[in-house]
Amino acid sequence: MKALCWHGKEDIRCDSVPDPRIEEPRDAIIRMTSCAICGSDLHLYDGFMPGMKSGDIMGHEFMGEVVEVGSGNKKLKVGDRVVVPFTIVCGDCDQCRRSNFSVCERTNRNKDLADKAFGHTTAGLFGYTHLTGGYPGGQAEYVRVPYADVGPVKVPSTLTDEQVLFLGDIFPTGWQAAIQCDIEPTDTVAIWGAGPVGQMAVRSAVLLGARQVIMIDNVPERLSMAAAGGAITINFDEESVVERLNDLTGGKGPEKCIDAVGMEAHASGSVDSLYDRAKQALMLETDRPHVLREMIYVCRPAGVLSIPGVYGGLIDKIPFGALMNKGLTIRTGQTHVNKWTDDLLRRIEEGEIDPSFVITHTARLEDGPEFYKTFRDKKDGCIKVVLKP
Amino acid sequence: MTRMKTMLGYAGAKRLARGLGWFSIALGALELLAPRRVGDALGMQHESGAIQAYGAREIASGIGILAARDPTPWIWARVIGDALDLATLAPNADPRNPQRPYVLMAIGAVAGVALLDYLCADGLARKEDDHRSRRDYADRSGFPQSPNAMRGAAREPEMVSTARH
Ligand SMILES: NC(=O)c1ccc[n+]([C@@H]2O[C@H](COP(=O)([O-])OP(=O)(O)OC[C@H]3O[C@@H](n4cnc5c(N)ncnc54)[C@H](O)[C@@H]3O)[C@@H](O)[C@H]2O)c1
Ligand SMILES: [Zn+2]
Ligand SMILES: [Zn+2]
Repeated sequence: MKALCWHGKEDIRCDSVPDPRIEEPRDAIIRMTSCAICGSDLHLYDGFMPGMKSGDIMGHEFMGEVVEVGSGNKKLKVGDRVVVPFTIVCGDCDQCRRSNFSVCERTNRNKDLADKAFGHTTAGLFGYTHLTGGYPGGQAEYVRVPYADVGPVKVPSTLTDEQVLFLGDIFPTGWQAAIQCDIEPTDTVAIWGAGPVGQMAVRSAVLLGARQVIMIDNVPERLSMAAAGGAITINFDEESVVERLNDLTGGKGPEKCIDAVGMEAHASGSVDSLYDRAKQALMLETDRPHVLREMIYVCRPAGVLSIPGVYGGLIDKIPFGALMNKGLTIRTGQTHVNKWTDDLLRRIEEGEIDPSFVITHTARLEDGPEFYKTFRDKKDGCIKVVLKP
Repeated sequence: MTRMKTMLGYAGAKRLARGLGWFSIALGALELLAPRRVGDALGMQHESGAIQAYGAREIASGIGILAARDPTPWIWARVIGDALDLATLAPNADPRNPQRPYVLMAIGAVAGVALLDYLCADGLARKEDDHRSRRDYADRSGFPQSPNAMRGAAREPEMVSTARH
Protein backbone atom coordinates (compact mmCIF):
# COMPACT_ATOMS: atom_id res chain seq x y z
CA MET A 1 0.00 0.00 0.00
CA LYS A 2 0.96 3.65 -0.23
CA ALA A 3 1.90 5.55 2.92
CA LEU A 4 3.60 8.82 3.85
CA CYS A 5 6.80 7.91 5.65
CA TRP A 6 9.22 9.99 7.71
CA HIS A 7 12.84 9.79 6.58
CA GLY A 8 14.35 12.71 8.43
CA LYS A 9 14.02 16.42 8.82
CA GLU A 10 11.83 17.85 6.02
CA ASP A 11 11.91 14.49 4.31
CA ILE A 12 8.50 12.84 4.01
CA ARG A 13 8.04 10.40 1.14
CA CYS A 14 5.13 8.51 -0.30
CA ASP A 15 6.49 4.95 -0.07
CA SER A 16 5.15 1.51 -0.96
CA VAL A 17 5.00 -0.49 2.26
CA PRO A 18 3.48 -3.85 3.26
CA ASP A 19 -0.24 -3.79 4.12
CA PRO A 20 -0.92 -3.96 7.85
CA ARG A 21 -2.36 -7.17 9.34
CA ILE A 22 -4.37 -8.01 12.43
CA GLU A 23 -1.86 -8.67 15.23
CA GLU A 24 -4.06 -8.77 18.35
CA PRO A 25 -7.64 -10.02 18.80
CA ARG A 26 -8.96 -6.53 19.62
CA ASP A 27 -7.44 -4.98 16.44
CA ALA A 28 -9.23 -3.78 13.34
CA ILE A 29 -7.93 -2.76 9.93
CA ILE A 30 -9.32 0.47 8.50
CA ARG A 31 -9.29 1.48 4.85
CA MET A 32 -8.56 5.18 5.06
CA THR A 33 -11.01 7.44 3.21
CA SER A 34 -9.75 10.82 4.50
CA CYS A 35 -6.83 11.94 6.60
CA ALA A 36 -5.36 15.30 7.54
CA ILE A 37 -1.98 16.87 8.24
CA CYS A 38 -1.85 18.26 11.78
CA GLY A 39 0.33 20.92 13.35
CA SER A 40 1.81 18.15 15.51
CA ASP A 41 3.03 16.45 12.32
CA LEU A 42 5.00 19.62 11.60
CA HIS A 43 7.05 19.17 14.78
CA LEU A 44 8.14 15.79 13.37
CA TYR A 45 8.63 17.24 9.89
CA ASP A 46 10.82 20.03 11.28
CA GLY A 47 12.84 17.53 13.30
CA PHE A 48 12.02 18.91 16.75
CA MET A 49 10.44 15.76 18.15
CA PRO A 50 12.88 13.17 19.48
CA GLY A 51 12.33 9.44 19.00
CA MET A 52 11.50 9.17 15.27
CA LYS A 53 12.92 6.43 13.03
CA SER A 54 13.38 6.44 9.28
CA GLY A 55 10.42 4.75 7.60
CA ASP A 56 7.86 5.58 10.32
CA ILE A 57 4.38 6.01 8.84
CA MET A 58 2.98 9.48 9.62
CA GLY A 59 -0.55 10.62 10.39
CA HIS A 60 -2.86 10.62 13.39
CA GLU A 61 -6.00 12.36 12.11
CA PHE A 62 -7.84 9.88 9.92
CA MET A 63 -11.06 8.01 9.27
CA GLY A 64 -12.30 5.26 7.05
CA GLU A 65 -14.11 1.99 6.63
CA VAL A 66 -13.52 -1.13 8.70
CA VAL A 67 -12.29 -3.90 6.40
CA GLU A 68 -11.12 -6.52 8.89
CA VAL A 69 -11.86 -7.19 12.56
CA GLY A 70 -9.89 -9.27 15.08
CA SER A 71 -11.55 -12.26 16.75
CA GLY A 72 -11.79 -10.52 20.12
CA ASN A 73 -13.42 -7.32 18.88
CA LYS A 74 -17.13 -7.21 19.70
CA LYS A 75 -17.72 -3.56 18.85
CA LEU A 76 -16.84 -3.18 15.16
CA LYS A 77 -18.14 -4.91 12.04
CA VAL A 78 -16.70 -4.94 8.55
CA GLY A 79 -18.24 -1.99 6.71
CA ASP A 80 -18.55 0.33 9.75
CA ARG A 81 -17.54 3.92 9.04
CA VAL A 82 -15.35 5.25 11.84
CA VAL A 83 -13.26 8.23 12.90
CA VAL A 84 -10.16 7.09 14.78
CA PRO A 85 -8.94 9.25 17.72
CA PHE A 86 -5.20 9.90 17.66
CA THR A 87 -4.87 8.58 21.22
CA ILE A 88 -4.88 4.79 21.54
CA VAL A 89 -6.86 3.78 24.64
CA CYS A 90 -7.46 0.49 26.47
CA GLY A 91 -10.68 1.59 28.13
CA ASP A 92 -10.12 -0.11 31.47
CA CYS A 93 -6.91 1.06 33.14
CA ASP A 94 -7.13 3.48 36.10
CA GLN A 95 -6.65 6.51 33.84
CA CYS A 96 -9.11 5.41 31.15
CA ARG A 97 -11.73 4.81 33.87
CA ARG A 98 -11.29 8.45 34.87
CA SER A 99 -11.57 9.55 31.21
CA ASN A 100 -7.91 10.63 31.23
CA PHE A 101 -7.52 8.83 27.94
CA SER A 102 -4.35 10.49 26.64
CA VAL A 103 -2.46 9.08 29.61
CA CYS A 104 -3.79 5.53 29.27
CA GLU A 105 -1.39 3.30 31.17
CA ARG A 106 -1.48 0.29 28.86
CA THR A 107 -1.32 1.29 25.20
CA ASN A 108 2.22 2.64 24.96
CA ARG A 109 4.25 -0.35 23.84
CA ASN A 110 7.46 1.57 24.57
CA LYS A 111 6.39 2.17 28.16
CA ASP A 112 9.97 1.83 29.44
CA LEU A 113 11.21 4.61 27.17
CA ALA A 114 8.36 6.89 28.19
CA ASP A 115 8.82 6.08 31.89
CA LYS A 116 12.43 7.21 31.57
CA ALA A 117 11.66 10.35 29.56
CA PHE A 118 8.55 11.52 31.43
CA GLY A 119 8.68 9.72 34.78
CA HIS A 120 5.53 7.77 33.93
CA THR A 121 4.18 6.59 30.62
CA THR A 122 1.47 8.28 28.58
CA ALA A 123 -0.85 6.71 25.99
CA GLY A 124 0.20 5.22 22.67
CA LEU A 125 -0.35 7.60 19.76
CA PHE A 126 -0.65 6.95 16.02
CA GLY A 127 2.05 8.17 13.65
CA TYR A 128 4.11 9.85 16.33
CA THR A 129 7.39 9.38 18.16
CA HIS A 130 8.58 6.02 19.52
CA LEU A 131 8.26 7.62 22.96
CA THR A 132 4.53 7.13 22.45
CA GLY A 133 4.71 3.63 21.03
CA GLY A 134 5.77 4.34 17.44
CA TYR A 135 2.46 3.07 16.03
CA PRO A 136 2.18 3.31 12.21
CA GLY A 137 -0.08 6.23 11.38
CA GLY A 138 -3.06 7.06 9.24
CA GLN A 139 -1.55 8.88 6.27
CA ALA A 140 -1.72 5.54 4.52
CA GLU A 141 -4.21 3.50 2.52
CA TYR A 142 -4.73 1.07 5.39
CA VAL A 143 -4.13 1.34 9.12
CA ARG A 144 -4.03 -1.22 11.90
CA VAL A 145 -5.99 0.14 14.84
CA PRO A 146 -5.03 -1.49 18.17
CA TYR A 147 -7.68 -1.67 20.94
CA ALA A 148 -10.17 -0.96 18.17
CA ASP A 149 -13.06 -2.02 20.38
CA VAL A 150 -12.59 1.17 22.45
CA GLY A 151 -11.34 4.23 20.54
CA PRO A 152 -12.97 4.39 17.08
CA VAL A 153 -16.12 6.49 16.85
CA LYS A 154 -18.87 5.29 14.51
CA VAL A 155 -20.26 8.12 12.41
CA PRO A 156 -23.58 8.30 10.55
CA SER A 157 -23.70 8.26 6.75
CA THR A 158 -25.64 11.54 6.75
CA LEU A 159 -22.45 13.46 7.56
CA THR A 160 -19.55 13.90 5.11
CA ASP A 161 -15.96 12.89 5.88
CA GLU A 162 -15.05 16.58 5.99
CA GLN A 163 -17.62 17.26 8.71
CA VAL A 164 -16.50 14.48 11.08
CA LEU A 165 -12.81 13.88 10.31
CA PHE A 166 -11.58 16.41 12.88
CA LEU A 167 -13.38 14.60 15.70
CA GLY A 168 -10.20 12.50 15.82
CA ASP A 169 -7.98 15.39 16.88
CA ILE A 170 -8.24 19.15 16.34
CA PHE A 171 -11.91 19.66 17.17
CA PRO A 172 -11.76 17.98 20.60
CA THR A 173 -8.34 19.60 21.09
CA GLY A 174 -9.71 23.12 20.62
CA TRP A 175 -12.72 22.15 22.71
CA GLN A 176 -10.72 20.70 25.60
CA ALA A 177 -8.49 23.78 25.52
CA ALA A 178 -11.59 25.93 26.06
CA ILE A 179 -13.20 23.59 28.63
CA GLN A 180 -9.98 23.68 30.66
CA CYS A 181 -10.48 27.45 30.92
CA ASP A 182 -13.69 27.00 32.96
CA ILE A 183 -15.15 29.87 30.95
CA GLU A 184 -17.43 32.33 32.76
CA PRO A 185 -19.77 34.63 30.79
CA THR A 186 -17.64 37.62 31.86
CA ASP A 187 -14.35 36.16 30.63
CA THR A 188 -11.95 37.32 27.98
CA VAL A 189 -10.20 34.34 26.39
CA ALA A 190 -6.97 35.14 24.54
CA ILE A 191 -5.74 32.50 22.10
CA TRP A 192 -2.22 32.42 20.62
CA GLY A 193 -1.93 30.63 17.25
CA ALA A 194 -4.58 30.84 14.52
CA GLY A 195 -3.75 27.42 13.08
CA PRO A 196 -6.44 24.73 12.94
CA VAL A 197 -6.31 24.12 16.71
CA GLY A 198 -6.64 27.83 17.47
CA GLN A 199 -9.57 28.09 15.03
CA MET A 200 -11.41 25.28 16.84
CA ALA A 201 -10.58 26.92 20.18
CA VAL A 202 -12.16 30.21 19.04
CA ARG A 203 -15.43 28.45 18.11
CA SER A 204 -15.39 26.43 21.31
CA ALA A 205 -14.81 29.49 23.49
CA VAL A 206 -17.69 31.28 21.75
CA LEU A 207 -20.02 28.29 22.20
CA LEU A 208 -18.99 28.07 25.84
CA GLY A 209 -20.04 31.67 26.26
CA ALA A 210 -16.88 33.78 26.59
CA ARG A 211 -17.72 37.48 26.50
CA GLN A 212 -14.68 38.28 24.36
CA VAL A 213 -12.36 36.01 22.37
CA ILE A 214 -9.06 37.39 21.10
CA MET A 215 -6.77 35.72 18.54
CA ILE A 216 -3.06 36.45 18.22
CA ASP A 217 -1.04 35.46 15.12
CA ASN A 218 0.80 37.17 12.28
CA VAL A 219 -0.77 35.44 9.27
CA PRO A 220 -3.48 37.71 7.86
CA GLU A 221 -5.71 35.05 6.29
CA ARG A 222 -5.60 32.93 9.45
CA LEU A 223 -6.63 35.98 11.43
CA SER A 224 -9.46 36.59 8.95
CA MET A 225 -10.75 33.06 9.61
CA ALA A 226 -10.56 33.63 13.37
CA ALA A 227 -12.48 36.88 12.98
CA ALA A 228 -15.15 34.99 11.01
CA GLY A 229 -15.62 32.78 14.07
CA GLY A 230 -16.11 35.76 16.35
CA ALA A 231 -12.60 36.69 17.50
CA ILE A 232 -11.00 40.11 17.81
CA THR A 233 -7.59 39.80 16.16
CA ILE A 234 -4.08 40.99 16.99
CA ASN A 235 -1.31 40.78 14.39
CA PHE A 236 1.89 40.49 16.42
CA ASP A 237 3.98 41.73 13.50
CA GLU A 238 2.13 44.99 13.53
CA GLU A 239 1.14 45.70 17.11
CA SER A 240 2.26 44.99 20.65
CA VAL A 241 0.42 41.96 21.99
CA VAL A 242 0.71 42.98 25.63
CA GLU A 243 -0.50 46.54 25.01
CA ARG A 244 -3.48 45.47 22.89
CA LEU A 245 -4.53 42.79 25.38
CA ASN A 246 -4.40 45.27 28.22
CA ASP A 247 -6.37 47.81 26.17
CA LEU A 248 -9.06 45.25 25.45
CA THR A 249 -9.42 44.26 29.11
CA GLY A 250 -9.43 47.60 30.86
CA GLY A 251 -5.77 47.18 31.77
CA LYS A 252 -6.39 43.95 33.72
CA GLY A 253 -5.36 41.29 31.19
CA PRO A 254 -7.36 38.31 29.90
CA GLU A 255 -8.70 35.90 32.54
CA LYS A 256 -8.00 32.90 30.33
CA CYS A 257 -5.10 32.27 27.93
CA ILE A 258 -4.74 29.42 25.44
CA ASP A 259 -1.40 28.44 23.87
CA ALA A 260 -2.30 26.86 20.50
CA VAL A 261 1.22 27.36 19.15
CA GLY A 262 3.55 25.06 21.07
CA MET A 263 7.27 24.56 20.85
CA GLU A 264 7.95 26.22 17.51
CA ALA A 265 6.74 29.69 18.43
CA HIS A 266 8.34 32.45 16.47
CA ALA A 267 8.44 36.05 17.50
CA SER A 268 10.22 38.69 15.51
CA GLY A 269 9.51 41.43 18.00
CA SER A 270 11.64 40.38 20.93
CA VAL A 271 15.09 39.59 22.13
CA ASP A 272 13.96 36.46 23.97
CA SER A 273 13.13 34.80 20.64
CA LEU A 274 16.72 35.34 19.58
CA TYR A 275 17.93 33.77 22.80
CA ASP A 276 15.70 30.72 22.24
CA ARG A 277 16.76 30.27 18.60
CA ALA A 278 20.39 30.30 19.65
CA LYS A 279 19.89 27.87 22.54
CA GLN A 280 17.77 25.55 20.41
CA ALA A 281 20.43 25.56 17.70
CA LEU A 282 23.07 24.63 20.29
CA MET A 283 20.79 21.86 21.65
CA LEU A 284 20.70 23.49 25.08
CA GLU A 285 16.95 23.90 24.89
CA THR A 286 14.57 21.82 22.81
CA ASP A 287 11.51 24.08 22.68
CA ARG A 288 10.93 27.79 22.18
CA PRO A 289 8.57 29.02 24.89
CA HIS A 290 7.97 32.56 23.69
CA VAL A 291 4.17 32.25 23.89
CA LEU A 292 4.29 30.73 27.38
CA ARG A 293 6.30 33.65 28.68
CA GLU A 294 3.93 36.14 27.09
CA MET A 295 0.87 34.37 28.55
CA ILE A 296 2.32 34.24 32.05
CA TYR A 297 3.12 37.92 31.84
CA VAL A 298 -0.17 39.20 30.46
CA CYS A 299 -2.68 36.86 32.15
CA ARG A 300 -4.87 38.35 34.87
CA PRO A 301 -3.91 37.19 38.39
CA ALA A 302 -5.78 34.03 39.43
CA GLY A 303 -6.31 33.29 35.74
CA VAL A 304 -5.89 30.05 33.79
CA LEU A 305 -3.31 29.08 31.17
CA SER A 306 -4.60 26.27 28.97
CA ILE A 307 -1.89 24.69 26.84
CA PRO A 308 -2.89 22.36 24.00
CA GLY A 309 0.26 23.43 22.07
CA VAL A 310 2.77 20.59 22.08
CA TYR A 311 6.11 20.75 23.89
CA GLY A 312 8.69 17.98 23.62
CA GLY A 313 11.42 18.55 26.16
CA LEU A 314 13.08 21.37 28.04
CA ILE A 315 12.35 25.06 28.15
CA ASP A 316 14.25 27.87 29.68
CA LYS A 317 13.78 31.26 31.38
CA ILE A 318 10.19 30.74 32.43
CA PRO A 319 9.08 33.57 34.74
CA PHE A 320 7.93 31.15 37.37
CA GLY A 321 7.93 33.85 40.03
CA ALA A 322 5.25 35.74 38.12
CA LEU A 323 3.28 32.54 37.61
CA MET A 324 3.42 31.63 41.31
CA ASN A 325 2.77 35.04 42.75
CA LYS A 326 -0.11 35.70 40.37
CA GLY A 327 -1.63 32.36 41.36
CA LEU A 328 -2.10 31.15 37.80
CA THR A 329 -3.45 27.69 37.01
CA ILE A 330 -1.85 25.69 34.20
CA ARG A 331 -3.86 22.96 32.48
CA THR A 332 -2.40 21.04 29.59
CA GLY A 333 -2.07 17.64 27.93
CA GLN A 334 -2.62 15.68 24.80
CA THR A 335 -6.36 15.64 24.28
CA HIS A 336 -8.54 13.02 25.99
CA VAL A 337 -10.30 12.64 22.64
CA ASN A 338 -12.89 10.02 23.60
CA LYS A 339 -14.01 12.14 26.54
CA TRP A 340 -15.53 14.63 24.09
CA THR A 341 -16.38 12.78 20.88
CA ASP A 342 -19.99 11.77 21.69
CA ASP A 343 -20.91 15.28 22.72
CA LEU A 344 -19.14 16.93 19.78
CA LEU A 345 -20.57 14.48 17.24
CA ARG A 346 -24.04 15.38 18.53
CA ARG A 347 -23.27 19.09 18.11
CA ILE A 348 -22.17 18.50 14.50
CA GLU A 349 -25.30 16.44 13.81
CA GLU A 350 -27.50 19.16 15.30
CA GLY A 351 -25.82 21.75 13.09
CA GLU A 352 -24.41 23.79 15.95
CA ILE A 353 -21.03 23.75 14.23
CA ASP A 354 -19.53 22.42 10.99
CA PRO A 355 -15.76 21.88 11.48
CA SER A 356 -15.17 21.56 7.71
CA PHE A 357 -14.89 25.37 7.59
CA VAL A 358 -11.17 25.02 8.36
CA ILE A 359 -10.26 22.98 5.24
CA THR A 360 -8.45 25.09 2.66
CA HIS A 361 -6.73 22.37 0.60
CA THR A 362 -7.67 18.86 -0.49
CA ALA A 363 -5.11 16.68 -2.27
CA ARG A 364 -4.18 13.10 -3.08
CA LEU A 365 -2.19 11.07 -0.57
CA GLU A 366 0.77 10.76 -2.94
CA ASP A 367 1.00 14.55 -3.13
CA GLY A 368 1.18 14.68 0.67
CA PRO A 369 4.92 15.43 0.92
CA GLU A 370 4.47 18.61 -1.08
CA PHE A 371 1.51 19.65 1.09
CA TYR A 372 3.54 19.26 4.27
CA LYS A 373 5.60 22.12 2.94
CA THR A 374 2.61 24.15 1.78
CA PHE A 375 1.03 23.80 5.25
CA ARG A 376 4.24 24.47 7.18
CA ASP A 377 5.10 27.56 5.11
CA LYS A 378 1.45 28.76 5.05
CA LYS A 379 1.70 29.08 1.28
CA ASP A 380 -1.33 29.76 -0.87
CA GLY A 381 -3.43 30.66 2.17
CA CYS A 382 -3.11 27.11 3.52
CA ILE A 383 -4.69 26.43 6.91
CA LYS A 384 -5.76 22.77 6.83
CA VAL A 385 -4.95 20.02 4.35
CA VAL A 386 -7.09 16.92 3.84
CA LEU A 387 -5.59 13.99 1.90
CA LYS A 388 -7.55 11.33 0.04
CA PRO A 389 -6.24 7.93 -1.04
CA MET B 1 19.35 50.83 -10.46
CA THR B 2 16.20 49.36 -11.99
CA ARG B 3 13.94 47.52 -9.60
CA MET B 4 14.66 43.82 -9.93
CA LYS B 5 11.04 42.91 -10.02
CA THR B 6 10.98 39.15 -9.94
CA MET B 7 13.84 38.64 -7.53
CA LEU B 8 12.37 38.26 -4.08
CA GLY B 9 8.92 38.33 -2.47
CA TYR B 10 8.21 39.51 1.06
CA ALA B 11 8.34 36.05 2.66
CA GLY B 12 11.65 35.23 0.96
CA ALA B 13 13.05 38.59 2.02
CA LYS B 14 12.08 37.92 5.66
CA ARG B 15 13.89 34.58 5.57
CA LEU B 16 16.92 36.16 3.90
CA ALA B 17 16.90 38.88 6.57
CA ARG B 18 17.27 36.24 9.30
CA GLY B 19 20.23 34.73 7.45
CA LEU B 20 21.85 38.13 7.08
CA GLY B 21 21.25 38.83 10.76
CA TRP B 22 23.12 35.72 11.84
CA PHE B 23 25.83 36.44 9.26
CA SER B 24 26.27 39.93 10.73
CA ILE B 25 26.67 38.52 14.22
CA ALA B 26 29.20 35.89 13.11
CA LEU B 27 31.29 38.35 11.10
CA GLY B 28 31.04 40.97 13.83
CA ALA B 29 32.21 38.47 16.46
CA LEU B 30 35.24 37.59 14.31
CA GLU B 31 36.18 41.25 13.85
CA LEU B 32 35.63 42.02 17.51
CA LEU B 33 37.47 39.01 18.92
CA ALA B 34 40.28 38.55 16.41
CA PRO B 35 40.96 42.01 14.92
CA ARG B 36 44.67 41.23 14.44
CA ARG B 37 44.02 38.11 12.39
CA VAL B 38 41.59 40.02 10.19
CA GLY B 39 44.02 42.96 9.93
CA ASP B 40 46.99 40.73 9.05
CA ALA B 41 45.05 39.00 6.31
CA LEU B 42 44.15 42.31 4.70
CA GLY B 43 47.44 44.10 5.21
CA MET B 44 45.76 46.48 7.67
CA GLN B 45 47.86 45.60 10.72
CA HIS B 46 47.58 48.99 12.36
CA GLU B 47 43.85 49.27 12.23
CA SER B 48 42.74 46.82 14.92
CA GLY B 49 40.71 49.51 16.64
CA ALA B 50 38.76 50.36 13.51
CA ILE B 51 38.18 46.67 12.76
CA GLN B 52 36.78 46.14 16.25
CA ALA B 53 34.49 49.12 15.85
CA TYR B 54 33.23 47.66 12.58
CA GLY B 55 32.70 44.36 14.38
CA ALA B 56 30.60 46.05 17.03
CA ARG B 57 28.56 47.70 14.28
CA GLU B 58 27.98 44.33 12.56
CA ILE B 59 26.79 42.73 15.80
CA ALA B 60 24.45 45.62 16.54
CA SER B 61 22.81 45.44 13.13
CA GLY B 62 22.63 41.62 13.41
CA ILE B 63 20.76 41.82 16.70
CA GLY B 64 18.62 44.61 15.30
CA ILE B 65 17.61 42.48 12.33
CA LEU B 66 16.78 39.41 14.39
CA ALA B 67 14.99 41.15 17.23
CA ALA B 68 13.07 43.90 15.46
CA ARG B 69 9.42 43.52 14.56
CA ASP B 70 10.29 45.04 11.18
CA PRO B 71 13.91 44.43 10.14
CA THR B 72 13.80 46.87 7.19
CA PRO B 73 15.71 49.82 8.78
CA TRP B 74 18.39 47.43 10.06
CA ILE B 75 18.83 45.92 6.61
CA TRP B 76 19.28 49.43 5.20
CA ALA B 77 21.83 50.00 7.96
CA ARG B 78 23.67 47.01 6.57
CA VAL B 79 23.59 48.42 3.05
CA ILE B 80 25.20 51.63 4.35
CA GLY B 81 27.70 49.56 6.36
CA ASP B 82 28.62 47.67 3.19
CA ALA B 83 29.40 50.97 1.47
CA LEU B 84 31.57 51.95 4.42
CA ASP B 85 33.40 48.59 4.29
CA LEU B 86 34.06 49.03 0.58
CA ALA B 87 35.34 52.55 1.14
CA THR B 88 37.71 51.29 3.82
CA LEU B 89 38.94 48.33 1.77
CA ALA B 90 39.43 50.19 -1.53
CA PRO B 91 42.64 52.10 -0.61
CA ASN B 92 44.20 48.82 0.55
CA ALA B 93 43.80 47.30 -2.91
CA ASP B 94 46.97 49.27 -3.74
CA PRO B 95 49.42 47.07 -5.78
CA ARG B 96 52.10 47.74 -3.14
CA ASN B 97 50.09 45.91 -0.48
CA PRO B 98 51.45 42.33 -0.41
CA GLN B 99 48.02 41.17 0.81
CA ARG B 100 46.31 42.67 -2.25
CA PRO B 101 44.79 39.36 -3.50
CA TYR B 102 43.03 38.94 -0.13
CA VAL B 103 41.81 42.52 -0.19
CA LEU B 104 40.36 41.96 -3.66
CA MET B 105 38.67 38.80 -2.41
CA ALA B 106 37.26 40.70 0.53
CA ILE B 107 35.98 43.43 -1.79
CA GLY B 108 34.31 40.79 -3.95
CA ALA B 109 32.71 39.20 -0.90
CA VAL B 110 31.45 42.50 0.49
CA ALA B 111 30.07 43.45 -2.92
CA GLY B 112 28.23 40.10 -3.08
CA VAL B 113 26.74 40.54 0.38
CA ALA B 114 25.87 44.15 -0.48
CA LEU B 115 23.80 42.88 -3.40
CA LEU B 116 22.00 40.43 -1.08
CA ASP B 117 21.38 43.21 1.44
CA TYR B 118 19.94 45.38 -1.28
CA LEU B 119 17.68 42.61 -2.63
CA CYS B 120 16.52 41.90 0.89
CA ALA B 121 15.63 45.52 1.63
CA ASP B 122 13.89 45.71 -1.73
CA GLY B 123 11.89 42.52 -1.04
CA LEU B 124 10.87 43.73 2.42
CA ALA B 125 9.35 46.79 0.77
CA ARG B 126 6.96 44.43 -0.96
CA LYS B 127 4.96 43.60 2.17
CA GLU B 128 1.83 45.26 0.85
CA ASP B 129 1.83 43.38 -2.49
CA ASP B 130 2.21 40.21 -0.51
CA HIS B 131 -0.85 40.81 1.61
CA ARG B 132 -3.04 41.76 -1.29
CA SER B 133 -2.47 38.41 -3.00
CA ARG B 134 -3.55 36.55 0.13
CA ARG B 135 -6.85 34.83 0.64
CA ASP B 136 -9.55 36.08 2.87
CA TYR B 137 -11.63 33.65 4.93
CA ALA B 138 -14.12 36.13 6.30
CA ASP B 139 -16.97 33.85 5.19
CA ARG B 140 -15.77 30.79 7.11
CA SER B 141 -17.37 30.92 10.51
CA GLY B 142 -18.36 27.26 10.83
CA PHE B 143 -21.53 28.40 12.62
CA PRO B 144 -25.11 28.30 11.30
CA GLN B 145 -25.69 31.84 12.63
CA SER B 146 -23.56 34.82 13.54
CA PRO B 147 -20.96 34.18 16.27
CA ASN B 148 -22.90 36.55 18.51
CA ALA B 149 -26.03 34.48 18.14
CA MET B 150 -24.03 31.32 18.92
CA ARG B 151 -22.35 32.73 22.02
CA GLY B 152 -23.05 30.47 24.97
CA ALA B 153 -24.98 27.87 22.93
CA ALA B 154 -23.05 25.11 24.69
CA ARG B 155 -23.48 26.50 28.20
CA GLU B 156 -25.69 23.82 29.62
CA PRO B 157 -25.40 22.74 33.26
CA GLU B 158 -24.57 19.25 32.04
CA MET B 159 -21.54 20.62 30.18
CA VAL B 160 -20.12 22.41 33.15
CA SER B 161 -20.33 19.32 35.30
CA THR B 162 -18.37 17.24 32.75
CA ALA B 163 -15.60 19.79 32.94
CA ARG B 164 -15.37 19.52 36.70
CA HIS B 165 -15.01 15.72 36.90
N1 LIG C 1 -2.80 18.77 22.80
C1 LIG C 1 -3.14 18.07 21.73
O1 LIG C 1 -3.69 17.00 21.86
C2 LIG C 1 -2.86 18.63 20.36
C3 LIG C 1 -3.58 18.17 19.26
C4 LIG C 1 -3.34 18.76 18.01
C5 LIG C 1 -2.38 19.74 17.87
N2 LIG C 1 -1.66 20.14 18.97
C6 LIG C 1 -0.66 21.19 18.92
O2 LIG C 1 -1.30 22.44 18.82
C7 LIG C 1 -0.40 23.35 18.19
C8 LIG C 1 -1.10 24.04 17.04
O3 LIG C 1 -1.48 23.11 16.06
P1 LIG C 1 -2.02 23.60 14.63
O4 LIG C 1 -2.43 22.42 13.86
O5 LIG C 1 -3.00 24.67 14.81
O6 LIG C 1 -0.61 24.15 14.02
P2 LIG C 1 -0.13 25.34 13.09
O7 LIG C 1 1.33 25.16 13.01
O8 LIG C 1 -0.91 25.37 11.83
O9 LIG C 1 -0.49 26.66 13.91
C9 LIG C 1 0.38 27.34 14.73
C10 LIG C 1 0.11 28.83 14.57
O10 LIG C 1 0.84 29.54 15.56
C11 LIG C 1 1.26 30.77 15.00
N3 LIG C 1 2.32 31.33 15.82
C12 LIG C 1 3.65 31.08 15.80
N4 LIG C 1 4.29 31.82 16.73
C13 LIG C 1 3.35 32.57 17.35
C14 LIG C 1 3.38 33.55 18.38
N5 LIG C 1 4.52 33.88 18.96
N6 LIG C 1 2.21 34.13 18.78
C15 LIG C 1 1.04 33.79 18.19
N7 LIG C 1 0.94 32.86 17.20
C16 LIG C 1 2.08 32.27 16.78
C17 LIG C 1 1.65 30.39 13.58
O11 LIG C 1 1.65 31.51 12.72
C18 LIG C 1 0.54 29.40 13.22
O12 LIG C 1 -0.55 30.02 12.58
C19 LIG C 1 0.82 22.53 17.76
O13 LIG C 1 1.82 22.63 18.75
C20 LIG C 1 0.27 21.13 17.74
O14 LIG C 1 1.30 20.18 17.93
C21 LIG C 1 -1.91 19.60 20.20
ZN1 LIG D 1 -2.65 16.31 15.89
ZN1 LIG E 1 -6.18 2.75 29.47
